[in-house]
Amino acid sequence: MAESYVEHEVGHPALQHHFANLEQQREAGTLGMWVFLVTEIMFFGGMFLAYTLYRSKYPEAFAIASNHLDIKLGAINTAVLIFSSFTMAMAVYSTQIGKRRAQIISLVATIILGLAFLGIKAVEYYQKYEDHLIPGSLIPGNPFNPDPHAMHLTQGVLMQHVQMFYWIYFAMTGMHALHMIIGVGLLSVLLYFSVKGRYSPEYHNPVEVIGLYWHFVDIVWIFLFPLLYLLGRHTGGH
Amino acid sequence: MSEHIVPVKVYVGIFLALMVGTAITVLAAFQNFPGALNVIVAMTIAVVKATLVVLYFMHVRYSARLIWVIVASALFWMAILFALTFSDYWTRGWT
Repeated sequence: MAESYVEHEVGHPALQHHFANLEQQREAGTLGMWVFLVTEIMFFGGMFLAYTLYRSKYPEAFAIASNHLDIKLGAINTAVLIFSSFTMAMAVYSTQIGKRRAQIISLVATIILGLAFLGIKAVEYYQKYEDHLIPGSLIPGNPFNPDPHAMHLTQGVLMQHVQMFYWIYFAMTGMHALHMIIGVGLLSVLLYFSVKGRYSPEYHNPVEVIGLYWHFVDIVWIFLFPLLYLLGRHTGGH
Repeated sequence: MSEHIVPVKVYVGIFLALMVGTAITVLAAFQNFPGALNVIVAMTIAVVKATLVVLYFMHVRYSARLIWVIVASALFWMAILFALTFSDYWTRGWT
């Protein structure tokens, strides 16, 4: 019987006409977001491949270059991002159980933590700018030209291989930061509609799928932090 | 299949596990383990952390089989990407 779905859902304003019920609509949305995340995994996968390849080619240069990154700021940012994933999970949870106030607070907390991450990242980028570590001539008038003594460059390690690390560092953290900026934008839209009271236990899929995106960006960083910041510390990093 | 609501204490537990994992990663990075053990330790912890996020924060543990297939397909294609590329690079020195 076509009339088997729950009566009150038929008239729910959020139910699109091409779905039988809200349950089906929710599962379709989640599936769509996961398919998108698979393409994102392949996108970042290419950069992780480039990293693995060049690290295996120039292990000493990569260790030296990595030891110059700020491990404290990197670790703090990892904690900030994990905390933001937790507040995002709480935003989904609060929406599922219909607690609007907790939902809004969680979304605001997630946005603030996301902005904190980007702020710390900007401080790090500025330090790299001051040390002339921005690769190539990306910044006009400030080409890649670090002080070999400050880098603790050892015999036989070429500066161009150190530069290779910084190309990959800026490509990967830059793409990650762009995803964070988009994420903060999406969360701001969520917050707007959440204040207007659009989301409820029956209809919360936008919160759920943007949460999936946010957690994905967190996972990318979970791999970036040890690969970029920690790879050479056991060789006498400081 | 109706939606499963994950209790708050599970989220708090996963959050704490992720923080502890981060601390262990940093501490382990300063130990000079033999051979390639440093990178193996770091990547093992990262994979465990990522798995916790996927299963609990992203609710895959409670999701439909179709979602599991989608996630597995991503890992499968990543494996192809790495396996084919490195089967080339690692064998270039062979004569």
